[in-house]
Amino acid sequence: MAKIKSEKELAEKIEHCGSCLEAKFNGKDGKKHLVVCGGTGCISSHSDEILKRLEELIKEKGLEDKATVNRVGCFGFCSQGPFVKIFPEDRLYRAVKVEDVDRIIEEDIIGGKCIEDLLYVDPKTHEKVEKQEDINFYKKQIRISLNGCSMINPEEIEEALGFGAFKGLVRALHMSQQEVVDEILKSGLRGRGGAGFPTGRKWQFALNQVNDDKYVICNGDEGDPGAFMDRSILEGNPVGVIEGMMIAGYAIGAKNGYFYVRAEYPIAVARLRIAIAKLEEVGLLGDNILGTNFSFRCHIRLGAGAFVCGEETALLNSIEGKRGMPRPRPPFPAIKGLWQKPSIINNVETLASVSWIMREGADKFAAIGTEKSKGTKVFALGGKVNNVGLVEVPMGTTLRELIFDIGGGIPGGKKFKAIQTGGPSGGCLTEKDLDVEIDFDSLVARGSMMGSGGAIVMDEDNCMVDVAKFYMEFICDESCGKCTPCRVGTRRMLEILTKITEGKGEPKDIDELRELANITKTNSLCALGQTAANPIISTMTNFPEEYAAHVNEHKCPAHVCKSMMEYYIQPELCIGCGLCMRNCPVNAIAPGTIGAKMPNGNPFPGKFVHVIDPKKCIKCGSCMAGCKARHAIIKK
Amino acid sequence: MAKLQAHAVKQITEIVNRYKDEETPLMMVLEAIQSEYGYIPLEVQELVSSLMNIPVAEIYGVVTFYSFFSLTPKGKYVIGVCLGTACYVKGSQLVMDKFSELLGIKPGETTADGLFTLDALRCIGACGIAPAISINGKVYPKMSVDKVAGIIEEYRAAK
Repeated sequence: MAKIKSEKELAEKIEHCGSCLEAKFNGKDGKKHLVVCGGTGCISSHSDEILKRLEELIKEKGLEDKATVNRVGCFGFCSQGPFVKIFPEDRLYRAVKVEDVDRIIEEDIIGGKCIEDLLYVDPKTHEKVEKQEDINFYKKQIRISLNGCSMINPEEIEEALGFGAFKGLVRALHMSQQEVVDEILKSGLRGRGGAGFPTGRKWQFALNQVNDDKYVICNGDEGDPGAFMDRSILEGNPVGVIEGMMIAGYAIGAKNGYFYVRAEYPIAVARLRIAIAKLEEVGLLGDNILGTNFSFRCHIRLGAGAFVCGEETALLNSIEGKRGMPRPRPPFPAIKGLWQKPSIINNVETLASVSWIMREGADKFAAIGTEKSKGTKVFALGGKVNNVGLVEVPMGTTLRELIFDIGGGIPGGKKFKAIQTGGPSGGCLTEKDLDVEIDFDSLVARGSMMGSGGAIVMDEDNCMVDVAKFYMEFICDESCGKCTPCRVGTRRMLEILTKITEGKGEPKDIDELRELANITKTNSLCALGQTAANPIISTMTNFPEEYAAHVNEHKCPAHVCKSMMEYYIQPELCIGCGLCMRNCPVNAIAPGTIGAKMPNGNPFPGKFVHVIDPKKCIKCGSCMAGCKARHAIIKK
Repeated sequence: MAKLQAHAVKQITEIVNRYKDEETPLMMVLEAIQSEYGYIPLEVQELVSSLMNIPVAEIYGVVTFYSFFSLTPKGKYVIGVCLGTACYVKGSQLVMDKFSELLGIKPGETTADGLFTLDALRCIGACGIAPAISINGKVYPKMSVDKVAGIIEEYRAAK
């Protein structure tokens, strides 16, 4: 691609790429356009091989003038992947296997027929749904941060340009720095990393500083377990995030931007590198961009597996080649940040929203959402919910819509118990909170927080004490050790929770937990410690009866805590097949003395009901996982 | 202390030089060494210290802070079981326990034959296909306890 030296050349390029892309989507070029999901989830289910096979077959059969194939970013509906979508029909094939590729080419591309068995089946109506837009999962979604994901090839900047990239930057370059900051303030955008601080105000602080060197940092250290929105945005539309960073750079007067991305996200890093290299090649990154005085360069730094580096001052230390420990604030990074220079640190999703706001206008963004939280939020919906995946909804959507309409409810007819939002810093919300309109403030008022967007659904089979212990284990592991309340407090809380889940709890443990939680919350240096006890406080508040059962009766109502549960073979359901006995690693299962019955009730000749010896059982669950007579083995 | 071989010294010097134009590139250098050799022993830290003019104590502090860096070699196959929330609530701890039992090692350890290292991972962002494990970067979706033995055998056979 030739250098783009002026705004006019860029406009021409955008128009050309735009019409190319549009022709792909509406079929005006007379071709079918196939896109294959290239997100991490789908790649692990062999979407790369599907893509390769499609390309091979199109070549082999001489279909180059009839069909094109493209790899795109995340579709968001990860539990149904891998996806192959066909334009212009907007036909979505899900759970595609490599073996299905021949049929897609023969029956659909050549034969023009829809392959029914690859379509999504609505779990409620049992009807097949052909078009993506008709699937319930997508109906309530608006894609702003995820704009372009699942539509464009993340490794081709022409596609990003055709989809509208850099229109926002051009608009910004026509405004003064203060006007750009004002536009972001007007949009009401708040930081998507978790704290919800107004982005425009952060920029204003940095703009007010007089300094030749300032920095924009993109926080892509998405450590909250169960959250993957930043990964998907970087994988699906890296150019959009780079553009957001450039707009921020222009607004505050920075010439350099740093992406800090987790090393655990190799695909995101690779695509970011490709996008940066290609933008440099055409002159959209570098000196005097589009012939203006604005110069900007992007750099990538990788994390190395430390959750605390998502905290902005710890992140700065990490880029500076130090242990990733937080610094006391003030001074805030906007005054003294990276290498002691004024710096702003914005989350991936925030920067992706910035480029959308500058392109579409602050008013359009501010029209979406609630009074104090504007725009949309991406959630990584996971855990015990039918439709696992990434969803982007307007602020103000209720939890009920999120879990039951978009998420499709709880699998296996189980009962909804709680949804954990905000990861290890957040809390759980229950049945009574389902109609709360989600925004930054409403969730805090209910004892949780929006956080970066992890939303893990739990059902009746999850033990809330165990969940609290899980988060405490995580935090205890990830506490950097700098300040005592966090380092020691989290350790003591974990010890108490471990004692309770091992069936050795006493009533006084609850009071001690509460006291420790308060001390850690009020005395820690950074947000990691200050919020570390939230999962305990919120589970204790919402599920006091579960804690009580653990410490008073030494019972785990959900049968999760191993020392307080055992596996049991129900004699009336056992068909005596002996599979559990063979699967048992410690020979704890043997045939008993009672004769087994067939499913129709008749005696099973020569077969005996199996029995587990609780003294030998190590509670690994192998027997239950392999049981042929479904549900014959239960936990009690 | 063992002496580094000449070609290792050369290669590490090259890595340090590769990033010499970057500001504070210590993390970048250590990441490159970690992915090249699989670990960063003390002798390598001393070499990096003299090449970059950073006290070895500081480098040791950094290496031991981040879980991505290792002081000891890892196995040929690094099995990472995701213990992120989404995987955990879908039973990844049971998968971890099974690997632990069949390989006879605890998380963080390497088998005596040097073939397998078992690691606990914090969310790899593959929550849509939970519980997930990753072996040398390849992600296995929707794991269950009964798949564990087969996967170990597959890698043993491949050696």
